[in-house]
Amino acid sequence: MSFLELDRVGKQFGPQTVVDDFTLAVGKGEFISFLGPSGCGKTTTLQMIAGFLDPSRGSIRLEGHDLTAVQPAKRGLGIVFQSYALFPHMTAAENVSFGLEMRRMPRAERDERVRAALAMVGLTGYEERYPRRMSGGQQQRVALARALVIRPSVLLLDEPLSNLDAKLREEMQIELRQIQRNLGTTTILVTHDQIEAMSLSDRIVVMSQGRIEQIGTPQETYERPASAFVSQFLGKTNDFAATVDRTVAPARLAAGSWSAPAPAGVVGPVTISVRPERIGFGDTGLAAKIVTRIFQGNHWLFQCETECGPAIVIRQNDGTPQPAEGETVRLAWRPEDMSLRGGEASA
Amino acid sequence: MSAAVDTAAANAVPTADTRDARAAWVLIAPALMLFVGVLVIPLAMTVMLSFHDWGQYKGIAPVFILKNWHEIATDPYYAEMFWRTFRIALLTTLITAVFGAPEAYILNRMSGRWKSFFLLVILGPLLISVVARTLGWALLFGGNNGLVNKLLMSLGLIGKPLPFMFTETGMVVALAHVMMPFMVLSVWAALQRVDPQIENAALSLGASSLTIIRRIVLPQIMPGVLSGAIIVFSLSASAFATPAIIGGRRLKVAATLAYDEFLNTLNWPLGAAVAVLLLVALVLIVVGSNALIERRYAEVFR
Repeated sequence: MSFLELDRVGKQFGPQTVVDDFTLAVGKGEFISFLGPSGCGKTTTLQMIAGFLDPSRGSIRLEGHDLTAVQPAKRGLGIVFQSYALFPHMTAAENVSFGLEMRRMPRAERDERVRAALAMVGLTGYEERYPRRMSGGQQQRVALARALVIRPSVLLLDEPLSNLDAKLREEMQIELRQIQRNLGTTTILVTHDQIEAMSLSDRIVVMSQGRIEQIGTPQETYERPASAFVSQFLGKTNDFAATVDRTVAPARLAAGSWSAPAPAGVVGPVTISVRPERIGFGDTGLAAKIVTRIFQGNHWLFQCETECGPAIVIRQNDGTPQPAEGETVRLAWRPEDMSLRGGEASA
Repeated sequence: MSAAVDTAAANAVPTADTRDARAAWVLIAPALMLFVGVLVIPLAMTVMLSFHDWGQYKGIAPVFILKNWHEIATDPYYAEMFWRTFRIALLTTLITAVFGAPEAYILNRMSGRWKSFFLLVILGPLLISVVARTLGWALLFGGNNGLVNKLLMSLGLIGKPLPFMFTETGMVVALAHVMMPFMVLSVWAALQRVDPQIENAALSLGASSLTIIRRIVLPQIMPGVLSGAIIVFSLSASAFATPAIIGGRRLKVAATLAYDEFLNTLNWPLGAAVAVLLLVALVLIVVGSNALIERRYAEVFR
């Protein structure tokens, strides 16, 4: 049995469906990300787990018990908010201590736990600081310590890193992952940043317009996106219109002058999508012209105009000479590097 | 830049700095003249007036004398008047704080349309003259003919009319009504700065609603309550219309006393002394409490 279960959860605001038919089973100790653009219902789902919103439909269970029947104050979940929501009139130590005070923990034990929690997030010596006198990253750490010190059954993170600058965000990602691994706390992260979701989570729940588009490991969602939305949202991708022709033998899948043996089971017009780093320049394949060539240190980025529309190609900077702007090239990729959508089932 | 060039630049007249300073003076001159003309000079003249002599038949005599101040300091009549003024102002402040802070909190939690509607309801009284509002209270509670008194008596709930006119209670109630918007607005402004997620954060840590209000919300809006209190206190202590109508001649406060000395007794120097004392006392109280508040909350809200 899974640790946290969401069963066909839905949320309605008046006539508007914000979350629909959300079903997910989270294992103990798992790190899950809800990934999607703003307004996709990911924060609403998180707030339903936290208890700040009641689901209109469906049920949420924690270790088999119905969570929706429990008051938010009694759920024992740790939450880190996007704005951190620290108590500005309390010092870092008082902030962290608050949840333990609410649990009527004796002073000595409380102080010990607070010290350990602040040490865990690397804030030893900042106990008496007020939040206003701390940097964004430090406030973020206090918020994390405050959420973890109560030893929550589930840690909920609502876009916790979005207010930090890029370098700090990367540091915090690594630290967050380490802390989560060490403590083994089941964690749900809400984010719109696909890199963040991919680098932190065991599994990603990609959401769009209140619905789940795909649930899978970071590799699965990236390599085998279940929908056009997922492939577009997770990193850059190239979509080409192609056709499966079964009138010839052997059957062929063709996009412009690129072709490959047709996969079994489909016929007619399809869309193939290929990640830019999986496309190579070859002697045969899709005819293309390089429009711009951008050097980005460890790789080259090419924008091409192909027979089937614009495409992006990324090549490792491995020292080999690369085609120049305006040059005509052929784009090729292995059939296993693309995913295929649409088409009709063939007999 | 070398030191020699620096010295040369400093010796050149006029330097950029002095030109800037001159321009600044020219720019603030109109406002400064207005300030000096309508505030500083009349105030200085009032202070001077309080040291002048006055007699029934000789009128104001422009001499330096401590007679008025001596009279105020020794005659318990004035002490009583000032104590009443500050008692009323303090009670009014307490009542507006006790009712205004929750009012602002509830207002802040309302959703869009209701919020604007009730904000208008709270601010509405500010659009009506203080005199009209105070007379309204007099119509409701004034003696045997007051509407509320009549109603309660005809229902047999009270035997004789509730005393309201010419009582301190009446003054405090009417003043609290007049001052409420200032407190609500001040607390509301403080609530605007409170992170809306902060109550959810406390909730998730296991705090009850009462604990959230007491330990999380109240400490954060306290500066708003205190600055509202300073506004309400100083406005109440120097209020004229409400005490004049409710208290009449029978129950004077510092402001109505000064008015009577000026316009009824025509003892301008004594009136000036009362007015100056009220001003000095208020400035001391306001500046003092403001300094205390700043020191208490400097660490947290800077």
